[in-house]
Amino acid sequence: MYAFDIERPTTIADAVAALKSDEAQPLSGGQTLIPTLKSRLAAPSKLVSLSSISEMVGLSDEGGVLRIGGATKHDTVAKEAGGSHPGLAGLAGKIGDPAVRHRGTIGGSIANNDPAACYPAAALAHGATIVTDRREIAADDFFTGMFDTALEEGEIVTAVKFPRPEASNYQKFEQPASRFAMVGVFVAKFADGVRVAVTGASEDGVFRWTEGEEALSANFSPDALDGLSVSAEGMITDLHGSADYRAHLVKVMTKRAVAAAR
Amino acid sequence: MPKDTGIGASTRRREDVRFLKGKGEYTDDISTRDLAHAAFARSTVAHGLIKSIDTAAAEAMPGVLAVFTGQDFADVGGNPAGWLINSRDGTPMKEPKRPVLAHRKVRHVGDAYAAVIAETKQQAMDAVEAIEIDIEELPAIVDVKAALSGDNFVHDEIETNQCFDWGWIEDNRQATDEAIKNAHHVTTLELVNNRLVPNAMEPRSSIGAYKESGDEYTLHTTSQNPHLTRLLISAFVMGIPENKLTVIAPDVGGGFGSKIYHYGEEALVLAAAKRTGRTVKWTADRSESFLTDAHGRDHVTKIELATDADGKFLAFRTETYANVGAYLSNFATATPTFLHGTLMAGNYTVPNVYVNVKAVFTNTAPVDAYRGAGRPEATYSLERVIDKCARELGMDPIELRRKNFVKPDMYPFTSAAGLEYDSGNYDALMDKMLEVCDRDGFEARRKVSEAKGMLRGFGVNAYIEACGIAPSNLVGQLGSRVGLYDAATVRVNATGNLAVMVGAHSHGQGHETVFPQVVGEMLGIDPSTIEIVHGDTSKIPFGMGTYGSRSLAVCGSAVVRATDKIIAKAKKIAAHMLEASDSDIELKDGNFTVSGTDKSVSFGEVALKAYIPHEFPLEDIEPGLEETAFYDPANFTYPSGAYCCEVEVDPETGKVRVDRFAAVDDFGNVMNPMIVTGQVHGGLGQGIGQALLEGCRYDEDGQLLSATYMDYTMPRADDLPFFTVDHSQGTACTHNPLGVKGCGEAGAIGSPPTIVNAVIDALQSGGKNVTHIDMPLTPHVVWSAMNNA
Ligand SMILES: Cc1cc2nc3c(=O)[nH]c(=O)nc-3n(C[C@H](O)[C@H](O)[C@H](O)COP(=O)(O)OP(=O)(O)OC[C@H]3O[C@@H](n4cnc5c(N)ncnc54)[C@H](O)[C@@H]3O)c2cc1C
Repeated sequence: MYAFDIERPTTIADAVAALKSDEAQPLSGGQTLIPTLKSRLAAPSKLVSLSSISEMVGLSDEGGVLRIGGATKHDTVAKEAGGSHPGLAGLAGKIGDPAVRHRGTIGGSIANNDPAACYPAAALAHGATIVTDRREIAADDFFTGMFDTALEEGEIVTAVKFPRPEASNYQKFEQPASRFAMVGVFVAKFADGVRVAVTGASEDGVFRWTEGEEALSANFSPDALDGLSVSAEGMITDLHGSADYRAHLVKVMTKRAVAAAR
Repeated sequence: MPKDTGIGASTRRREDVRFLKGKGEYTDDISTRDLAHAAFARSTVAHGLIKSIDTAAAEAMPGVLAVFTGQDFADVGGNPAGWLINSRDGTPMKEPKRPVLAHRKVRHVGDAYAAVIAETKQQAMDAVEAIEIDIEELPAIVDVKAALSGDNFVHDEIETNQCFDWGWIEDNRQATDEAIKNAHHVTTLELVNNRLVPNAMEPRSSIGAYKESGDEYTLHTTSQNPHLTRLLISAFVMGIPENKLTVIAPDVGGGFGSKIYHYGEEALVLAAAKRTGRTVKWTADRSESFLTDAHGRDHVTKIELATDADGKFLAFRTETYANVGAYLSNFATATPTFLHGTLMAGNYTVPNVYVNVKAVFTNTAPVDAYRGAGRPEATYSLERVIDKCARELGMDPIELRRKNFVKPDMYPFTSAAGLEYDSGNYDALMDKMLEVCDRDGFEARRKVSEAKGMLRGFGVNAYIEACGIAPSNLVGQLGSRVGLYDAATVRVNATGNLAVMVGAHSHGQGHETVFPQVVGEMLGIDPSTIEIVHGDTSKIPFGMGTYGSRSLAVCGSAVVRATDKIIAKAKKIAAHMLEASDSDIELKDGNFTVSGTDKSVSFGEVALKAYIPHEFPLEDIEPGLEETAFYDPANFTYPSGAYCCEVEVDPETGKVRVDRFAAVDDFGNVMNPMIVTGQVHGGLGQGIGQALLEGCRYDEDGQLLSATYMDYTMPRADDLPFFTVDHSQGTACTHNPLGVKGCGEAGAIGSPPTIVNAVIDALQSGGKNVTHIDMPLTPHVVWSAMNNA
C-alpha cells in the first residue's frame, strides 16, 4: 500500500466535491479496492469513503420498482430483496463469503464492472437504471466493456433501480479458485419479453444472449434453447476454462436458470 | 473403555487454548524497540543476466539504513543440498551454489537480487522500487523434457540442465526389462504429478538480531527444525559459530515441508542486523510465498506394470522427470529419489522394480518435500496404473490388489525396491474399509445419482509409505549428509513437575499434548504437570526437527529413552530412601514401592530428594534428576492404508463432487486418537486439493500464472465430504519403543489416486472411454476429457 488521505463525507454533494481533487477515488466496501491498494497496483492520493452517506444505503419500493442505494451491502440485498426480486436476492447471497457480503456494495460492484462480477448480469437482465449523482443511465448503455463503464471522472453510482420481473433466477458456475462467476447467467422474464445476461464469459464483459432471449420470449422453458448454440468467439480462455467450455456453459446455465426461475 | 489420560486418550490439545484465542506468538508478532524492516527486490523475469544494479537512489531515500545486493554475499558460502545423489553412470549430481541474493543472474520469477533495510516496512518497499536493475532477458526454461535437449541453461556450468539421472535399483534393471518383455500383459500409463504451492497459513518470517558485546546472533524464524537451520547457517552459509547463533522457531502456523529448508532471507536479516546494529524483520506477503516458498511434487512419469494371465504382478518400471526448479533446496534431491523410488513396490509382492528419475533444473521456484514428499508421487503412479490394469484385465480392482498384497505372515518383508517392511496387514485394512464405507450400498446410490443425471464412481486405493526418517547409518550410505536421529531431555524439577525439551518442532501437530501423555503414562503422573519445550536451540538438545511424520516415531522414542533413564535413576534414589535394593523397586501409579511390601515413596518425594540431597549416597548417585537421550531409528516405519471414495460427476459441466470418503490406516499404536484423526483430515484435505483443485502453473515465459488465491484453488470446507476415518487395524511397529508409525502425511499420500480412480469409474459408467486424466480434475479438465473420449 502507498500512503493516502481519507475523507468521510455524509452527503452525496460533499462526496462529489471531495472527488474533485486530483487523484481522488471513491471507496465503498473496499472488497476490490483494498486488495488492489495492498498489492500497490493503485496509488490514489485520497480515498473518499461512501459508507457514511445514509442517503445511499438501503432498499425502497418506488411504485413497483426496487431502488437499491449505491452503498447498500450485498448481505442487505440478499436478505431484503427476495420478496419482489428473488433472482437478485439469490445472486447477492452467493457473492463471495459472509465477510465480503457484509462489506461489498452494489455501487462498487457495478462501477468496477469486473468481467466476472455478478451484479452487472442482474442489472443488465433486469433492464435496470443506474442512478448517479448527475444523471440516470440505462443498464444497456452503462456497461461498456471489461472494467469499463459509462461513468465519468468523479461520478458516483448513488442507486440502482430494478423493475420487478415476473420470474427471475441467477445461475453461477464458479471459477474454482476465486469463486467469482466463470459463467453466470441471469434470466429475467417480463411481460414484454425475456432478458438473458451473461457474465464471466466474454472478453467484452457482461452481455445479453439475444438468441436465447428470443427463444425464451416465445417459450419460457429450458427446452426452448435446445436447438441453439453459443459461439465461442470472443469468449475468455484462461487457466480455468477455454472459450469453448465457457460458450457451452452459457447454454447449460441458462437452461438451469430458466428451470429454477420463480 | 477409552482412557481419559495417558497413552491412548483423546486428550484435548492444550496448545489450542492459545491458538483459538489468538494468543499464539508467531515470529511476526515479535517486536523490539530497535526494530527495522527488510524488503526484497525480486526478479520479474524468469531468466536473465544482471547487467547492472544501481542502488544509489534507494540508499538516499527516507528511512533507508542499508541496501544489499548479491555482491555483498559473493564471498560467503552457498545453501547446500542435504543429500548427495549419484547418477547411474556413477557421477555425482550437479550442485550449483544457491546464493543468499542472486548474483550476475536471476533464475526464477521472485528470485531476490537486492534487499533494503529501512525504519518502516513502507520505506523499505518504496526504496525497493527505486532500485534500478538492468537485466538482459534470456529465454525461460520451463518444461522438464525440453530443458534436457535445449541449448539454454539455468546454470551456465550445467550444460544439460540435468541434476542427476538416478536408477533404483540399478542391478534390477535388466531383470525388470526382461520381465516386462516376456509378460502376458503390460499396462502403460503416462501421467503428471501436478506441482503444488504449500500455502502454510502463516507466511515465512524471520527476525535477525545481533549483540556486539558477545558477537552473538539470534534468529527468530518460521522453521520446522531450528537446529538444522542453525547448522546450515553456521557450517555452510555464513560461518557464524554455532555457539554464537541462537535460532528460535516460536509458534509456527503450518509448514507442510516448506519451512524445513533454510532460505536466503534468514541469512539476510542476520547480515543486516550486524551491519545496521538494529533488529531486522522480514515477513513475506502472500505473493512472495507463492513465488518463493519451495513448491511440491512436479513429476512427469511413465509407468509400466507387467502381469501374468492371473493378474500376478511381475514388474513395475518407471521413468520420471522431476522438476527441481532453479536451485537445489535442502531436501530437493532426496525427495524424488530415496523418498519415492524406494516405495515403488507398494504393498505388493512384485519381484521386479526399476525406477529411473531424471532431476532437471528449470527457471521456476525450487521444488522440495511437501506433505508426503515423494511417497504421494510413488503411490499415485502405482495405484493409478493398477487401476488401469484391473480395467484392462477385466478384474475387480480390489481383488487384483489383494492377489498381490504382502501377507501378514511374510514380515519382515524385503520389497523389490529394497525396503524392509516390519509389520502390516493390508487385507485387514481392506476388509475394514469395505465395512465402514458401505460398499454394498453403492449400486443403490449410483442409481439415485443417475436419476438426477449424475454419474457416480467408486475409487479404491491401497498405500504404504515410509516415515520416521531415518536410520543414520543407512541414509549415510545412501548419500544423506546429515544424521536423522532426534533428541530429548527430561528435566524433573525439585517439586516434581517436569520440563521435556525436544528436538521435534510442533507447528500444528500437537506435541505439547501428546508427549506429556507418553511421559505421564510412563511415570504414572498427571500429564498436565509436564511441559514441552521446543523450538529454541538455546534450550533444547540437538534434534533434527519435524517432517516426514517423524516426531513421535523418532523424537517420541528419544523421549521414552530419556524417561527410562529418569525411572532408572529415580528407582536408585527411592531404593536408598526405602533402604531396599533398586532391583526390588517397582514404579506404579506414580509411587516407588518395594515389591511385596507396602513401603513406598511418591515420585514427588523422590524428585525433592534428588535436588535436596540430604542423607544422599553422593558417592553412588549424582544429585539432580535430568536425563537426555538421542534416538537413532533402526528402520523406517511403514504406515499403510486402504482408502475409498465415491464421487458424483456432472456430465454437463464436468464438475466433480466428493460424496463419501473412507480412510482406514495402520499407524501402529495410537497415542491420541483424536489428534490422529485430525491429522488424517488435514492430509485428506490437501490430497483432495491436489486431485481436484490445486494446480501450480507457469507459462512458457516462466511467469507464475497461479500466483494468487484468485487463480490457485485451495481446498475449502465445502469441497470436502464428511470423512470416515478408522485406525483400529494398527499393527505395532516392531522396532521403536512405542510401536508407532506416523500419521501426518498418510491422508495426502492415499487420497489423490482414490479420487482419480473414482472419477474414471464414474466416466466409464457413463459410457465414456476415459482411462486417465491428469490432476487437478477441475470441471474444465473433466469436461474436456469427456468430450474428447
Ligand atoms: C474474496 C472475495 C470474493 C468475491 N466474490 C465475488 C463474487 O462471487 N461475485 C462478485 O460479483 N463479486 C465478488 N467479489 C467482489 C465484491 O462483490 C466487491 O464488493 C465488489 O466487486 C466491489 O464492491 P465494493 O463495495 O467492495 O467496492 P470498492 O472495492 O470499494 O470499490 C471498487 C471500485 O469501484 C469504485 N467505486 C466504489 N463505489 C462506487 C460508487 N458508488 N460509484 C462509483 N465508483 C465506485 C472504487 O473507486 C473502486 O474503483 C468478491 C470479493 C472478494 C474480496
